[in-house]
Amino acid sequence: MTDTSEERVRDAGFDDLLDALAEGDGYYLACANGHGSLPPRRVCPECGSTDLDEEPLPETGEVATYTQVHVPAPSFADDAPYVTAVVDFGPVRLTGQVLADYEDVEIGTEVAPTVGETETNGERLVRFELR
Amino acid sequence: MTKVRVAGAGMTPFGSHPERTTRDLFAEAGTRALDDAGVDRGDVEAVHYGNFMGALSEHQGHQGPLAAEALGVQAPATRYESACASSGVALRQAVRDVRNGEADVLVVGGAERMTNLATAESTEVLAIAADELYEVRAGVTFPGAYAMMAAAYFEQFGGSREDLAHVAVKNHANAVGNHHAQYQREITVEEVLDSPAVADPLHLYDACPITDGASAVVLVSEDYAEDNGLDAGVAITGTGQGGDRMALQDREDAATSPAATAAAEEAYGDAGVTSDDVDVAEVHDCFTIAEVLALESLGFFETGEGVTAAREGVTTRDGDLPVNLSGGLKAKGHPVGATGTSQVAELTKLLRGDHVNSEHVPDARVGVAHNAGGTVASAVVHVLEEVGE
Repeated sequence: MTDTSEERVRDAGFDDLLDALAEGDGYYLACANGHGSLPPRRVCPECGSTDLDEEPLPETGEVATYTQVHVPAPSFADDAPYVTAVVDFGPVRLTGQVLADYEDVEIGTEVAPTVGETETNGERLVRFELR
Repeated sequence: MTKVRVAGAGMTPFGSHPERTTRDLFAEAGTRALDDAGVDRGDVEAVHYGNFMGALSEHQGHQGPLAAEALGVQAPATRYESACASSGVALRQAVRDVRNGEADVLVVGGAERMTNLATAESTEVLAIAADELYEVRAGVTFPGAYAMMAAAYFEQFGGSREDLAHVAVKNHANAVGNHHAQYQREITVEEVLDSPAVADPLHLYDACPITDGASAVVLVSEDYAEDNGLDAGVAITGTGQGGDRMALQDREDAATSPAATAAAEEAYGDAGVTSDDVDVAEVHDCFTIAEVLALESLGFFETGEGVTAAREGVTTRDGDLPVNLSGGLKAKGHPVGATGTSQVAELTKLLRGDHVNSEHVPDARVGVAHNAGGTVASAVVHVLEEVGE
């Protein structure tokens, strides 16, 4: 891999999760009291527990809410319009781009997480595929 | 506990002034506020200043001292940043300082320069109020986040784009005579519905504009007001602040704003009033759905029942509870860091009786200001009351 000044420095925790999602091995963090959260995380935001373990992310989740973005930031200029959703996996929710037409998505739609790259500049992002 | 009075209020015209720096905007608003108050610059003990994006939009950090200098005030100054709630948070700290007896005269305000950026650039900069890792990198824009709140609201409680359109129509109608407002013109429900989609279900006319501007108020202790014979007939009697998880995905429910509910409960308790006592409100309508969530958080409507308030005329200027008589963020404009104190400046004038829309609330005694940051991970509520002579 060539090292260019354009390349983004890794964000510990977050990029590790994306690596795992890309391999189909997504996970979340669970505290001793059963609260879910996402990395990077040292403390459970719900109860303050510092006893956090990685647990497998369920293979599918349900769209909790969604939109179709028509007016994007410059970093998504070539991607628009695109559908973005918050997806509920039970212990945690995850936000990403849905690979589907807006008309084919509704609240409750079942999707599976993956990782893709934006069309605009090839940045990695969380994506969801319809199930 | 020392009581807090609003001695003066000032604003710049809100609108498109891309060539004007925040220091210049704030100097105008602050000078207007000091003149309105009849307070000498030399008596000001500190400046509390709200600004959100100046480091990116005009490459200027450390704006607090610059704001005080521009105003000709020799006093310590601090910039507060809480996204769109920046000057609301600044105001809360100032109120507490006066109450604690630590200061008798403070200038509080905010400024924002936004239209010097292209629309795409300002969209990118505004998005920094969201979670960079989990929202922005997934393509969530600020309108996109509120669109997801609207979609969740419609799913849970019902409501329609047409209901939301009435919020925009109402606020535009209120702004017609307000010479501070960016859009001093009426719009129709059809225009809102037919405007281009920004992030479904929100369209262009559901959104506040990009705005340059500044606002300021002068806070004084009751003793200072009396000793100096000031005409300061409005008091800040309640302050409250609430917080929530930053990203929408980390909240139980995208269709409510519990941080604002917490802020409102604290502010009402502080002032010794209830939502029933409120005569007039300025709420944070950065998008039409945001006004609905605000009305419910402030206790004016049960959860899920605020969406038809504008359509049914409850919150219009001739309704039981006029909301956003200034025009709101939607029509008056939303220079992010200036919005919190502009709401209080407008309410002060509405209660004093010298606002262009005071005629619609001639008997108003209690006003509420609701200022939200991000997708309401920050919320600040203040209660203002007219003080009898």
